[in-house]
Amino acid sequence: MDKFGMHNQTEQLYARYEGTGNADTTRYEWLTNQHRDTLAHYVMDDSLAMFISIAEGESVVRTKFKMLERMQQPCGPPPKKEDS
Amino acid sequence: MADSVEDTSTKAPGSNGKVVESSSDLSALKYDTELYGNGDKYAGYDRSIETGGSNNDVPAVSMAKGRFGITAPREFIDELQTAEHDADEDPFKEILRMRGINRVIADRENDYQKRRHTRKLSNERGDGTGGSTYADRVRAVQLENEEAELVAKIKKAEASGRQAGASKWDVETPIQQVEAQAPQRRKRWDQTPADVRSSVAMTPQRRSRWDETPRVADGAASETPKRTRSRWDETPMLDRVAPDYGATPAGGAAIDYGATPAGRQMAAGLATPAGGHMAGVLTQQPGSVVDARNQYQTDEELDALLPDEGYVIMEAPASYVAIRTPARKLMSTPAAEIGGVAGFRMEAETEARIEAMEEVREVPGVGALPFFRAEDMQVFGQLLDGQDETELDAEARRERQALRLVLKIKNGTQAQRKVAMRQLGARACELGAAAVLNPVLALLMAAGLEDQERHVLVKAADRALQRLGAQARPFVHRILVVVEPLLIDEDRHARAEAREVISNVSKAAGLAAMLAALRPDVDHADEYVRNTTARALAVVAVALGVAAALPFLRAVGRSKRAWQARQTGARAVRHTAELARAGVLPHLRGLVDCVGAGLEDEHQAVRSAAALALAALAEAAAPYGIEAFDSVLKPLWLGVRRQRGPGLAAFLKAVGFVVPLMDVEHAAHYAREALHVVVREFQSPDTQMRAVVLRVVQQCVATSGVSPSLVRTDVLPDFVRCFWARRAALDRRHARHVIDATVALAAAAGGAPVVERLVAHLKDESAAHRAMAVDAVARTVSELGIADIDARLEELLMDGVLYAFQELPPDAARTELDALGSVLRALGGRAAPYLQQIASALLWRLNNPSSAVRQQAAALVAHVAPVAHVCGGDGDDLLARIATVLFECLGEEFPDVLAALLSALRAIVDVIGLPAMQPPVADLLPRLAPILKNRHEGVQEACINLVGRIADRAADRVPAREWMRCCFSLLDLLRAYRKPVRRAAVATFGFIARAIGPQDVLATLLNNLRVQDRQNRVCTTVAIAIVAESCAPFTVLPALMNEYRVPELNVQNGVLKALAFLFEYIGDAARDYVDAVAPLIADALVDRDLVHRQQAAAIMKHLALAVSGHACDRPMLHLLNHLWPNIFETSPHAICAVLEAIESCRVCLGPARILLYTLQGMFHPARAVRDVYWRIYNMTYVAAQPALVAFYPRIEDSSPNNYRRYELDYVL
Repeated sequence: MDKFGMHNQTEQLYARYEGTGNADTTRYEWLTNQHRDTLAHYVMDDSLAMFISIAEGESVVRTKFKMLERMQQPCGPPPKKEDS
Repeated sequence: MADSVEDTSTKAPGSNGKVVESSSDLSALKYDTELYGNGDKYAGYDRSIETGGSNNDVPAVSMAKGRFGITAPREFIDELQTAEHDADEDPFKEILRMRGINRVIADRENDYQKRRHTRKLSNERGDGTGGSTYADRVRAVQLENEEAELVAKIKKAEASGRQAGASKWDVETPIQQVEAQAPQRRKRWDQTPADVRSSVAMTPQRRSRWDETPRVADGAASETPKRTRSRWDETPMLDRVAPDYGATPAGGAAIDYGATPAGRQMAAGLATPAGGHMAGVLTQQPGSVVDARNQYQTDEELDALLPDEGYVIMEAPASYVAIRTPARKLMSTPAAEIGGVAGFRMEAETEARIEAMEEVREVPGVGALPFFRAEDMQVFGQLLDGQDETELDAEARRERQALRLVLKIKNGTQAQRKVAMRQLGARACELGAAAVLNPVLALLMAAGLEDQERHVLVKAADRALQRLGAQARPFVHRILVVVEPLLIDEDRHARAEAREVISNVSKAAGLAAMLAALRPDVDHADEYVRNTTARALAVVAVALGVAAALPFLRAVGRSKRAWQARQTGARAVRHTAELARAGVLPHLRGLVDCVGAGLEDEHQAVRSAAALALAALAEAAAPYGIEAFDSVLKPLWLGVRRQRGPGLAAFLKAVGFVVPLMDVEHAAHYAREALHVVVREFQSPDTQMRAVVLRVVQQCVATSGVSPSLVRTDVLPDFVRCFWARRAALDRRHARHVIDATVALAAAAGGAPVVERLVAHLKDESAAHRAMAVDAVARTVSELGIADIDARLEELLMDGVLYAFQELPPDAARTELDALGSVLRALGGRAAPYLQQIASALLWRLNNPSSAVRQQAAALVAHVAPVAHVCGGDGDDLLARIATVLFECLGEEFPDVLAALLSALRAIVDVIGLPAMQPPVADLLPRLAPILKNRHEGVQEACINLVGRIADRAADRVPAREWMRCCFSLLDLLRAYRKPVRRAAVATFGFIARAIGPQDVLATLLNNLRVQDRQNRVCTTVAIAIVAESCAPFTVLPALMNEYRVPELNVQNGVLKALAFLFEYIGDAARDYVDAVAPLIADALVDRDLVHRQQAAAIMKHLALAVSGHACDRPMLHLLNHLWPNIFETSPHAICAVLEAIESCRVCLGPARILLYTLQGMFHPARAVRDVYWRIYNMTYVAAQPALVAFYPRIEDSSPNNYRRYELDYVL
């Protein structure tokens, strides 16, 4: 149970954060979280959002909106469950 | 004779060898040499009474070799045999029981609490499936109420009849009348035994007995058919509760007996009539608690005692009526203390009984239990009937499983209890509510219940209820009946437990079920029932939200039918306010509405309850919510003006709590008006009224609108006259209230008028009264200062204070000394004229033969010192003189006094400074060094504080040699029990090291790392770190690192620990030493020894935090590379230290580096590896997620997913 000598409370604390994982986290989940974090970072940081919008030739607001939209499935559909 | 006394006390009864008969002259006894073998008649007995515990290890009884061979006394052998069983349990429990020390709850209840025994568990079938409807219960309660009324009427009639002299006691008892007149009673106490009789008649009966109780283990009875019963006292009356204490006669219990045929469930081995016995257990009288000495005699015993011929066993006369009045039953012989009984007793019989009880320690399916009492048999006997469980149906099996768990919880060892408790919680739903709750509730109602048992059973019920949820609904009322009495228990833990259980029941069963269960009791005739019901109602309201319960509370509070209901409603509101505190604020108006009408009720009890409820609401709502009270202000106010007596107390209390909520003008008005009534009631003899008045007067004078002159002229004189009487000091609680009120009055009226009136009391003859006056004066002058005290009053005050000091009783509390001290402190410079007088009194008392007086004087010196110092030059001289006397007294042998002397010296040193100190420091310190070795904690603390002070402020005045000697004494203090002592000792090392240079001190400390005692080593490492901090690290580090080369584990670990503390203390000064210590730490990180690595990780943690931002990346990265392989440690301490070190490295090196390390193992094939790496990743992620965005690895797309974060590739 408490293999790492820490109390389970820390585990629970970590588990409250969406982006944390465990030994069973798949590559897809991990990367999806990365993308969401990244996109959130862009959206929150006005300078970065401006930079990206200039590069894409869009308005800042539209860029931000597109990024927010993308956060639903940033890496595409989840892989099919193999079995079970 | 000495010997015989010793014999009986040291020999276990029943061990071999006969006890010499008690006789005044042993030498006159003839004894049979044949019987006693070798001639020494005293062989086997001690010849003297052992006075001390000095030779406890010598066996008290040594056996004569010739006859018995060499053997240990029987009792020791027995003890060894039982020792294994008893290892876990509380060894005192059984001993206490045997000695008659009573933990039984029922025995210490007062009359009011005893009324709980008259309540019944509701008249439904024991298995909880039948279930009486709500209507049934309402009807039953109604019936009870009618009965109560009837009885009251009859009693009244009887009383009047008796007055006329016409009463005939032998015609008809009132109880019988009741029975004749209450036609709806379902069963009669005298109807039950019918089937019992028939079952007994079938057993092979020798003859009927004239005395027999069904109390002794029933399981045994069925196995040994010899123990038959007499016919006539088979009636349940003897053993059972006489139904009640006057309120509801004859009904309750009897109904239960008849109506519970659930034999299979609880009853011991008995086949048929067990229902009655079960109920008997439930409601057994507290007075008839089972004790070996107090049991009824069995048939066997009677057979043995009485000859067969010449005696006839009589039938009971037809007119016989068993004792039914509970008062008389309570007066039956109490359980005697076995140890203290000097009279005749039949040892063997007692033994046999105890053994008979202990036989069943082993219960099938449960294992060995620490104890199993006869009462337990009646609930758990079913487990002992030896029936094959596989033949039983599923339900019976579940019942047995639940019983077994409950038995383990009640009687088991701690370990058994824990496991069983967990299982009971986990399996409650599967076992079923009935199976779990029935035995628990039955046991909770048993008469012989003890504190500990009640605690575990309540906890078990609580656990089960949490899981049972809605399943618990049929049991709500019974749970309430069992748990409600705990709500008025003296023990507040019991109260808290009860609240928890009730709130869990409410959450499980829902509001509707709770209210249905509580509703019939709301207007119960018995005040006790209403009281507990109100409290339960409040708990339910708080548990399920006041808003939800409010409609019900309102309905109850405005009930038209019964004033009892209105009273209960008001009480429930009051308890709700007490429980919910500020939580009542949103519902304040609603709650006030519930009770508002009650203020004008026709019944006194309702009016009082309503006023008290308002008081509680106002107290809980303070300082908000005055709007809610608008509607009740007028009736409250009228009540205060019109009421008298106890009703007035409640109204005054309410006004007292409402006034502080008002705005200034209103508050002033109401306070002034209320003060008239309050002042009038000062003279009330009623203690409750006095308590209320004391409270209200504080609240009234605290409002800003009450002018000081009003308080001074109208309140103060009467207050002092009525409350500052000697008897006020007798009750401590009352005294505290009086003092509080006095201080509040002083705050309102100014200090001087109050002090003026109290100075006379400072010279009172009664010590307690003086103490009270000193306390009040001290608090007044320390809070309000002495600016308004003129010279004459000052003189009177000092006179009184000095008198109080002179007359201080030797056992005076510390608070009194403190009070005297604070008066002096408040006087400050104005105490100068009296200093001489004070000093001479102190000096005289310092030489008093009584140690307590000396201690007080020394303690007072500590208080006087700062005052004397502010008084100017004369004062310092005086202090120096006192210090000299104190110094001479240091040979004191009473440790408490010595500690006080040292504290006094320190106080003087603090104010006059070390240079001016007399005797000079150089003389003082050598005298203190030996005292450091004193074992008394108080002395140690006082001494180390003084030494530390000297080392801090005047180390250069003492030769270095002296300090070194001190160092050696200090080493011992490093393992002192008290933490302040250890801390002071460690700090003193720092001071000394700064004074005489670190080398010598460090050498001493490093040597100390070689000692065995771990705590000593730990403290030494702390001291080393402190020395390093106070004398710069470079003076210590080389020697410390050199010490690491000593090939000894303790020393090396000590060095590492010292380094950890060192880097923790010196902070970012560590950046200069990173390169120096890095090789050492790297070496420790790859050591074979786990503790080495753990310590090194701890060093790294502090080091990395200290040097973060100081460009020490390279050495830290180097260390991190050594640290990283340790992440697979499994020892809790080690892995904690390693993870913390990595976390610190994240701070120092940045999260990106840690992420790169982590990426290596997050998708490792081995789960063990992934576990750790994910943990570290999570750690980093939670702490520094935004920083990671730029450093996530680039992952190529794999259809259908696109994993690339292409925005990162944009270049403008």
